[in-house]
Amino acid sequence: MTQSLLHQILDHANRANPYPIYEQLRKTPVHHEDGGPYVISTYYEIRSLLHDPRISSDARNLASTARDPLAEPAREESALPPGFLRLDPPEHDRLRRMTNRPFGPPHSPHRVDGMRGELHDIVSGLIDGLGDPGRIDLVEQFSYPFPVTVICRLLGVPREDEARFHTWADTLAASLDPDPDADPTERGKGAHDARMELGMYLAGLIEERRTNPGEDMLSQLATAKGEDGPMTTMELLSTAALLLIAGHETTVNLITNGMLTLLRRPDVLERLRADPRLAVPIVEELLRFEPPVQLVPQRTTLADIEVRGVTIPKGASLWLVLASGNRDPQRFEDPDRFDPDRRDIQHLGLGSGIHSCFGAPLARLETQFALSELARRLENPRLLEDPPPYRQNAVLRGPRHLPIACDGIRP
Amino acid sequence: MIGDGSLERFRREGRIVVVGASLAGLRAAETLRDKGFAGSLTMIGDEPHEPYDRPPLSKQVLLGKAAAERTALPRLRSVDATWRLGVPAAGLDMAARRVRLADGDEVPYDRLLIATGVRAHPWPREAEAQLDGVFVLRTRDDSAALARRLEAGPKRVLVIGAGFTGSEIASACRERGLAVTVAERGAAPLVGALGGVVGAVAAEMQREHGVDLRCGVMVTALEGDASGRVRAAQLSDGSTVETDVVIVSLGATRNTEWLAGSGLGAGPRGIACDAGCRAFDIRGIVTDDIYAAGDVARCPHPLFGYQFLSLEHWGNAVSQARIAAHNMISESTDRIPHMEVPAFWSSQFGVNIKSVGVPSLGTEILISQGSLKDHRFLGVYGYQGRVIGAVAFDHARWLPFYQELIETTAPFPPSFPTVDRRSDGQRPIDADFPDPSVPTHGPTVTLGGYSPADRRMTFTPAH
Repeated sequence: MTQSLLHQILDHANRANPYPIYEQLRKTPVHHEDGGPYVISTYYEIRSLLHDPRISSDARNLASTARDPLAEPAREESALPPGFLRLDPPEHDRLRRMTNRPFGPPHSPHRVDGMRGELHDIVSGLIDGLGDPGRIDLVEQFSYPFPVTVICRLLGVPREDEARFHTWADTLAASLDPDPDADPTERGKGAHDARMELGMYLAGLIEERRTNPGEDMLSQLATAKGEDGPMTTMELLSTAALLLIAGHETTVNLITNGMLTLLRRPDVLERLRADPRLAVPIVEELLRFEPPVQLVPQRTTLADIEVRGVTIPKGASLWLVLASGNRDPQRFEDPDRFDPDRRDIQHLGLGSGIHSCFGAPLARLETQFALSELARRLENPRLLEDPPPYRQNAVLRGPRHLPIACDGIRP
Repeated sequence: MIGDGSLERFRREGRIVVVGASLAGLRAAETLRDKGFAGSLTMIGDEPHEPYDRPPLSKQVLLGKAAAERTALPRLRSVDATWRLGVPAAGLDMAARRVRLADGDEVPYDRLLIATGVRAHPWPREAEAQLDGVFVLRTRDDSAALARRLEAGPKRVLVIGAGFTGSEIASACRERGLAVTVAERGAAPLVGALGGVVGAVAAEMQREHGVDLRCGVMVTALEGDASGRVRAAQLSDGSTVETDVVIVSLGATRNTEWLAGSGLGAGPRGIACDAGCRAFDIRGIVTDDIYAAGDVARCPHPLFGYQFLSLEHWGNAVSQARIAAHNMISESTDRIPHMEVPAFWSSQFGVNIKSVGVPSLGTEILISQGSLKDHRFLGVYGYQGRVIGAVAFDHARWLPFYQELIETTAPFPPSFPTVDRRSDGQRPIDADFPDPSVPTHGPTVTLGGYSPADRRMTFTPAH
């Protein structure tokens, strides 16, 4: 008997190329296997549901009977309240609004753009330090350290603490990976410890910033006195943890998926080398073609709702398979073709609606810098393994390692 | 065009004239070229400037964050047109297919697109309107002149009319720290477009930001000093406002006078056209060579009872222009109707306001998300048991959902729970649109009968 589509999505064997499964899935836009989540795979339906106020992101609205193979075990045991990603309005709106004040327009229109120089320096430093061009693991040596360093700078984590920070981030990111083969108790304990240590570290940092504020985001969040009042320490901690996790795990994969895609298409890589401005449309097409967040599993229904003739009952678990919607031929012409010249590209790679990616402007800029600099500086780069080994994670999908080689590194 | 190759010939070597060189005119020209029209294209505009964008004129320009001169619309492609700028069209000879210009020149066409838009309604007393310091705001030059005057730091600004433009101007003035009085004939700002329930929120926003808002009053006279500078305004309640800048924001007049006597179905309510943007003549017969798009056009909308809607909305101008352009160079069977759901946005007092559908058709409103008190909410408008419009104050990301409800004529009030439903939203209330027999400053949407020669204005809020 063939494996259910749901299991095929989760099966690591399909990680390198899940797109044929998504194609199968789209034949039933609302896919439901007994007791499991309702899986939505077509572009227009996903986009509608992302704007639907009958859909909640708050796990407390999930019916106890809804079974979800991705439900995070023992998350409730963590000491932190959920970040705004897992909250509904009005709490979501308040926290996101407050977090946005030091990050983006209208109050901080230049924050992200002002990091250009710093991003360039970090990228250059990492490429300078790649070492033996005969064997580079792009994940370990570049796409992973880059966004973590950026988030440290953004939050105001002192440089001498960055190494510790990297370790916690690594452990926590691994814990988001629902690996069925790993010992859940062991993994849970490691994550719990990392979360505790990170929490205590951040709490200390926040305390320090309250009395001695700098220009960083943590200082501004800790001392904010806007119309929404101050954030509580717990809110600050969960927000900082959210920025940390969501802010880098996705970018790692976007950069790695991007370089993998370009190495498979040397003509596009060469065009980017000749014209770094091409990085902008390349990153947009990447967000459509290989989005780092493949699906949003954290939604539930507040009412019985009808989608394409199927009634999804109240309290059901919903999966919105963004990566499948992005390859829906009903929406995109020739969707399995990577085409940086594509004009009409309203992809779902960063979500849509109130939970649309908070860090999108930073993620875009980071990836544009990363890809254009790698294209410019690596001489004759090539893949050593295709496909490369993938992480277990079906949600945050990307290679675990990306072994590449090149003839040398240009200054 | 009867399949004899004449359409092909027209696409190759025909003559298209576009009257109106603003957003709709430019986007139509681009679409014509995009779709392969290779004939001659003439763009006629009464202003000397190349097409520019208007939304910044009442916002960023007045704040000194953008220069009025640098608001040129981005060109999506080259249009390879003959530009006749700085000279208005003065007449139309439908039989001879010629547009007459104010300088006496005549431009022949095979097909004509009219996108002449609207102009600001002037202060009705000419002598007072001439006073130094009295402004309207519609054009780039208006905006530049007003921005300069605000930069000089007037003692007080008086805005007459609290529709969207008036409210945005008041907001910009307050952001600049200027003292502002707003005089509104209706019961609240934005009341014509969004009703009294939402208008009350707009009023609160203005007052919280320090605007001296006076509702239910009219300005009866403007007074100047000996050197001809405005110095005060008399109000209908007997009060006087001392001011050195007055902005008249009383809505818009459609630029159709030049069509008088032409036989085209054009009047103060706009140019009546079919859903494919083809203009009607005064006999109610659709023309086949004259099209209209943008603020000046008035089309039947199937979703709103086929009522003729004329909309002063940016998005409407763009989509109508594209549809008109497509239809101008297509076989009759390939023509497409203009079915956009109306949508508009505004930004004032730090709040992003967006709307879909036609709220002013609604009779009831339900606050389905958020709360009026916070000035962050989503209001759904109902008309005869269906959802007809929605407005979002800092809640715009939800609007696509409500647009779907409008498109599918979903029942009102919506029966389902939503995230963030609060006590405001437990049941619908009267949306409180003003009595249509009492004039307010013009509503955004005007509705009328089928005959464009019938010049009676019928505002129809259903009851």
